[in-house]
Amino acid sequence: MNAPTPINHTQAEAGLVARFDAVRPSLAGSIAVTALRDAAAEQIKATGLPHRRVEEYKYTDLRAFMKSAAPLAAPATSAEAKSVLDGFESYGALDRYRIVIANGTFNADLSDVDALAAEGVTVTDFNDGLAGENGSELLATPKMAGQDGTLALNTAFVQGGVVISVKDGADVSKPVELVQVAVGEGAQVSRNRIVVAKGATFKLLETFAGDTGAGETNVVFDYDVADGAKLAATRLMAGKAEGAKLFTTLARIGADAEFKALGFLAGPAFARNQQFISFTGENSEAKIYGVTMARDRDLADQTLIVDHAVPHCNSREFFKTVLDDEARGVYQGRINVAPHAQKTDGEMMTQALLLGEGAEMANKPELEIFADDVLCAHGATCGEMDADLLFYLRARGIPEAEARTLLVLAFLSEAIEEFDEDTVTEELGARVRAWLAA
Amino acid sequence: MPAVQETIDQVKAIDVDQYKYGFVTDIDSEKGAKGLSEETVRFLSAKKDEPEWMTEWRLDALRRFRTMEEPDWARVDYPKIDFDALYYWAAPKSVEGPKSLDEVDPELLATYEKLGIPLREQEILAGVEPKNRVAVDAVFDSVSVVTTFKEELKKAGVIFCSISEALREYPDLVKKYLGSVVPVTDNYYATLNSAVFSDGSFVYIPEGVRCPMELSTYFRINEQNTGQFERTLIIADKGSYVSYLEGCTAPQRDENQLHAAVVELVALDDAEIKYSTVQNWFPGDSQGKGGIYNFVTKRGDCRGKNSKIAWTQVETGSAITWKYPSCILRGDNSVGEFYSIAVSNGYQQIDSGTKMIHLGKNTSSRIISKGISAGRSSNTYRGLVSAHKKASHTRNFTQCDSLLIGQECGAHTVPYIESKNASAVFEHEATTSKISDDQMFYCLQRGMNEEEAVALIVNGFVKDVIQQLPMEFAVEAQKLISISLEGSVG
Repeated sequence: MNAPTPINHTQAEAGLVARFDAVRPSLAGSIAVTALRDAAAEQIKATGLPHRRVEEYKYTDLRAFMKSAAPLAAPATSAEAKSVLDGFESYGALDRYRIVIANGTFNADLSDVDALAAEGVTVTDFNDGLAGENGSELLATPKMAGQDGTLALNTAFVQGGVVISVKDGADVSKPVELVQVAVGEGAQVSRNRIVVAKGATFKLLETFAGDTGAGETNVVFDYDVADGAKLAATRLMAGKAEGAKLFTTLARIGADAEFKALGFLAGPAFARNQQFISFTGENSEAKIYGVTMARDRDLADQTLIVDHAVPHCNSREFFKTVLDDEARGVYQGRINVAPHAQKTDGEMMTQALLLGEGAEMANKPELEIFADDVLCAHGATCGEMDADLLFYLRARGIPEAEARTLLVLAFLSEAIEEFDEDTVTEELGARVRAWLAA
Repeated sequence: MPAVQETIDQVKAIDVDQYKYGFVTDIDSEKGAKGLSEETVRFLSAKKDEPEWMTEWRLDALRRFRTMEEPDWARVDYPKIDFDALYYWAAPKSVEGPKSLDEVDPELLATYEKLGIPLREQEILAGVEPKNRVAVDAVFDSVSVVTTFKEELKKAGVIFCSISEALREYPDLVKKYLGSVVPVTDNYYATLNSAVFSDGSFVYIPEGVRCPMELSTYFRINEQNTGQFERTLIIADKGSYVSYLEGCTAPQRDENQLHAAVVELVALDDAEIKYSTVQNWFPGDSQGKGGIYNFVTKRGDCRGKNSKIAWTQVETGSAITWKYPSCILRGDNSVGEFYSIAVSNGYQQIDSGTKMIHLGKNTSSRIISKGISAGRSSNTYRGLVSAHKKASHTRNFTQCDSLLIGQECGAHTVPYIESKNASAVFEHEATTSKISDDQMFYCLQRGMNEEEAVALIVNGFVKDVIQQLPMEFAVEAQKLISISLEGSVG
């Protein structure tokens, strides 16, 4: 291979390189971690931000979107974070625990550390882990992610996060909200490891509070679902935002385990929710859902790879997208079935509803199959609102605007209902209505 | 679900070691133009007595080719091709302009007979109903050796001849349309083809004419170390109709051989072109040695309103297949169709699919693709369906099923579905249970089980077209059609 030819950096890329040089000394981590950060920064320097010539970012041109590199958000005090949280509505009155990441770093004061400890959940600072002996292991990325640009940005700049460990057999009584709080403007980069040990049950609510301004938000959620464990994770990103929202899921699912996830995107100018999920044990199930809404000239991208590396696992991927105005929606999904991963059952569906004349949807549902005794299916549909359905409702006296709202709600609810997490169903429905009313 | 025994047997019957057309014709032939250079291109052009503009056109393509890089995005793996080790011209010596069949080398006629291709007009007349007659253009290595039924076609106003002849006889038509669908710089292999194409077929159907018989070209690679670069150009003028068939075979050799063709179709207002291929190039032996590299660019342009282009392909041969017969649906209300059955065995690698590019209003397209992989082969469907901003009320239905037999093969599906118009309705599915609910309901209601119903509906689409292939082309196709959908994996 030839050495990569040096690229002409965009203003944002040059800014990122300068930002790394500036913050490098203050970033946490052992020598091995620093080496990983350096390598990631080198990758950004050499190849730049991911752009449309990179197959995985064909429709999601981060290089074109990011005009500049905002500085990393400065550390925030508990009082500052609290005042942002006080004005933040997430799940209303839902009875839940809370873990707070403020400006990329763990804030123990605002987190229910003791109450969670009593339930068998330990919460520690990600940076403590990074400084420790096995720090670099915390930044490991799966092979299927390749040289992913979003992950490289995270590795280079990660400011902190948490390690949540749910002990064997624990059945945590309440869902846990893991909230990323932005105090003042600036880029937020955090990484979180969630370990659900054997036979444990855990529900995670991922939310994002505050306004990062033009700064990007880059958060990695790294799940370990051990044998017989159950994890349900709901990622809720709602509200207008100027900076790029980049989320990455890394999940490893052990034997006889259940993993459920829903990614809800509504509002940001540029959002990418990418997921790399692999089965490491047999007889497990993964159900991945996506609910995406975009308008104006915004872009929302749901990308995932589900790797059936072992036999006898089922996966279901169900994604719904509603696009208005000139918004662009992207769905890229791939199911890999490894040789000998027999009896795999994978079912992928992506559906898009285009409300605006200028809206654009790109669907790319891929299958990559190397085993012969499997059932894999995928489907993709894309179209405008069914005139017959609309007529039916209007004929029954429902005003057009309301009829449209009903139909969009019904369309998106299919995914929310199949996700079937009663703690979030109502809230997500309300978010859809709020988006439609906006 | 695993494949049923019947399917396994049928696929085995066409396995790589069962290749029937692997013989070599021992014929005195002339080879020339080794290596890719300006001289080669000039030699080719001179050999064919081409007009000056054509030579320039080729040279321009060669210059562009020099600046291009070989694409590597397809899921195929092969050693680099040394374009300078290839011969770009090989022709049977006796071929210098035979005026009638009697002048054609009997050895050649025997070869085609062995391949089941009738070149003798009277034989066809004797045995078969007139409406089932097929006019054949037989291309042997670099040249077209004979074109049958020319006179009769001429009466109807249809031009069917080799492209070399067309360049001499109808230069204006060729100049107007050549490269207008697949531009010279379209892609690596198309550019190479533009520089060095040797022969191929030319078809022009005049306004309002329904071509009185099926047209067909049969390609045979015989010589060693030669590349076959044929170029086909079909123009259906307003309101005309033509059905065209293409078949191909090659001898069994240890080395890989390159076949890089370009096919351009132009359908004007209300015209319809049906293009069917039975691709049976030598697939390599059971150890993966030898075989044809089939790097083909096929594209149809529905240039006029209400025009229609349908591609049907049955792919069983070639060591590596890399082709995406596409439709540009430019004219309003135009229709594009793609039906494909691709079977890979041994070490074959197939990366094939289609592109349906909706530019006009009310355009519709349908894609039915069935891939079957066995042995150690890899079979990828790669397709694009896109609707342009102004392409309102477009429709697409895509269904791709694949089936694996054995544990060492792979089947992949890579569809790109890009909609830039809200009124476009695109459906892509690979589930066997979700055709159209109405159709399914209808069948189920009449007592069929679900699988029977699906098989009936999907095969209904394919059979429609395949049944119109003449017998000699339809043998493989028929075999494959009966393969059940059981065990489809999407």
